[in-house]
Amino acid sequence: MSSALKKRIGKAVTWALTFLLMLIICMPGLWVVLTGFRPNREVLAKPAVWIPEELSLNNFAQIFGFGAEQVAIPVPAYFTNSLIIALTSTAIAILIGMSGGYAFARFRFRFKDGIFLGLMLSRTVPGIALSLPVFMIWSRIGLIDTKPGLIIVYVALNIPFTIWLIDGFFRQIPKEMSEAAQVDGCTRWQAFWKIEFPLARSGIASAAIFAFLTSWNEYALASQLTRSTDSKTLPVGLMDFTAQFTIDWAGMSAMAVIIIVPALILTFIVQKHLISGLTFGGVKG
Amino acid sequence: MAEIKLQNVVKKYGQLEVVHGIGLDIAHNEFVVLVGPSGCGKSTTLRMIAGLEEISDGTISIGPQVVNELPPRKRNISMVFQNYALYPHMSVRENLGFGLKIAKQPEAVVADRVREAAEILGLEELLERTPAELSGGQRQRVAMGRAIVRHPEAFLFDEPLSNLDAKLRVQMRTEIKKLHQRVKTTVVYVTHDQVEAMTLADRIVVMKDGWIEQVGTPMEVFNHPLNTFVASFIGSPPMNLIDAQITGDKIRLSDGTHLPVPERLENHVREGQEVVFGLRPDDLTPQGHGIAENGHRASVELTVELAELLGTETILYTRINGSEVLGKMFDPRDVSPGERMTFNISLDKVHLFDAQTQKSVRLG
Ligand SMILES: Nc1ncnc2c1ncn2[C@@H]1O[C@H](COP(=O)(O)OP(=O)(O)OP(=O)(O)O)[C@@H](O)[C@H]1O
Ligand SMILES: [Mg+2]
Repeated sequence: MSSALKKRIGKAVTWALTFLLMLIICMPGLWVVLTGFRPNREVLAKPAVWIPEELSLNNFAQIFGFGAEQVAIPVPAYFTNSLIIALTSTAIAILIGMSGGYAFARFRFRFKDGIFLGLMLSRTVPGIALSLPVFMIWSRIGLIDTKPGLIIVYVALNIPFTIWLIDGFFRQIPKEMSEAAQVDGCTRWQAFWKIEFPLARSGIASAAIFAFLTSWNEYALASQLTRSTDSKTLPVGLMDFTAQFTIDWAGMSAMAVIIIVPALILTFIVQKHLISGLTFGGVKG
Repeated sequence: MAEIKLQNVVKKYGQLEVVHGIGLDIAHNEFVVLVGPSGCGKSTTLRMIAGLEEISDGTISIGPQVVNELPPRKRNISMVFQNYALYPHMSVRENLGFGLKIAKQPEAVVADRVREAAEILGLEELLERTPAELSGGQRQRVAMGRAIVRHPEAFLFDEPLSNLDAKLRVQMRTEIKKLHQRVKTTVVYVTHDQVEAMTLADRIVVMKDGWIEQVGTPMEVFNHPLNTFVASFIGSPPMNLIDAQITGDKIRLSDGTHLPVPERLENHVREGQEVVFGLRPDDLTPQGHGIAENGHRASVELTVELAELLGTETILYTRINGSEVLGKMFDPRDVSPGERMTFNISLDKVHLFDAQTQKSVRLG
């Protein structure tokens, strides 16, 4: 066998294995998406119908309250809550993450390493372990079932990671950049906004997207801290489809699709940012 | 276009003092080079002048103004960094014009000054490129261009050539010299390369461990080093330093060789004084292969261990009482290792340092 042929076969095998692996990983997701477009009776049919016979947007129409049949679940309200909570908590986390990341990357201060370690260690505590204390405090001060209540929790959840990520990006930017700008006539503040911020932008964007996804997808804490349309988010709303004796699988899947799509779009954006990275042509090498 | 004065300038990082109260007067339009081994505080000193590093004590003034408390942007200086620190997200044109834009100069002025700088440095073709699209030498030029557009009071350079390959370094060195002749401005230039220091400087400041060891023109520093450190740091290959003692009117080298004490040093040594005898390789030449063979001479017999051919000259490695001593052979012929040769020592060029203080005996 020629080595060229061997190479090609090897490549083909690699691709086949990759495909198989990805199929296994993606199967549940694909199944959910597919279910979202199928009528409930087909989903529940026995024996199972493997190849969908009927695909429609009926489930989505029902969820959003169009068409003849309607689900008694306030999805638009959940969607709005999710959006407000995720966006606000992300914005705050990024603002704090940017200041914190910059401080860790650029300044020397007392207990710096300890504080950094502490921040990272805080991530080792599973969020759910904190749900009871948070619940008790929140109910004391009236933050249960409010958007600010959830926003604060998500900000706290996201900050360590955002600081860590943004710190890394600022660290990559040689401090001489900012110094050169200061010699060139900038204040430190101007040097930050004109030089360091644009260079760290893709890192900050990545951090923002990760923070958004965390808040957007979080279920465990939200399920404890929210009750009504005032603050319930999409992942929590998903459980509304389970009644005492029945589960509307099709509706649930349709809603899952609604949750997944923004996440998916954002993930593609992250990827672009992470790949494009930064070209530090301004520095040697 | 201003003088820079350092008075008793101290830099401490916490408890650690890295610059110990140095003083230095730099004249209008003077090209001063700070040179010294790694970690001696050159960059720190330069950065204190730039205002990028606070000073712990003393005063720094630029022109008539004490600048201790002024931020970099108010000192009207520009700086070229070792890694160039060009702004990667801006074109060469934007890089050059950045400082003027920040200073809110009118568009026309910015365009004019950028054109002028680009012309001086031969950057006209590159203006629309980003730093990533430039070669090392071109980046270096852009960094210098960025420094000159603002017509600052002084240029500060921190090892600007150390990232270039040897050939380009020599070329850029010449360009910097020309640039200084064209754009008359005060320059403070940091390097650890003594050749750069010798070729560029009006005055050299030799530093070591946060102290200034000697300040002088390249010739002064080369011909009259104040101590063994400067003697061995300036000049390549470095000056030979051999332990010796004064006995009568002779210098007795550690291997027992006796050499006459040069007349000009007679009054500076005492009987029995332990000294370090300094001799540049250029002044230890095989008979018939020196530059100038007149003047006071002494001769010694030495065994050549190794000959290093450089073309116009050959470096000869020999040994005096166990320590390596280098000589130079001008107009060289082939030399085989182990060959015994008679070397001439130019007594007029001999240096003597006190063994205890390591300072030139002329000072004591
Ligand atoms: N931020 C800092 N904290 C503590 N010590 C420092 C700091 N910056 C520099 N030093 C110390 O100060 C001394 C002088 O450093 P400096 O950078 O001025 O040396 P240099 O002469 O420029 O050397 P090089 O040729 O390696 O650039 C060094 O011993 C260094 O370790
Ligand atoms: Mg340095």
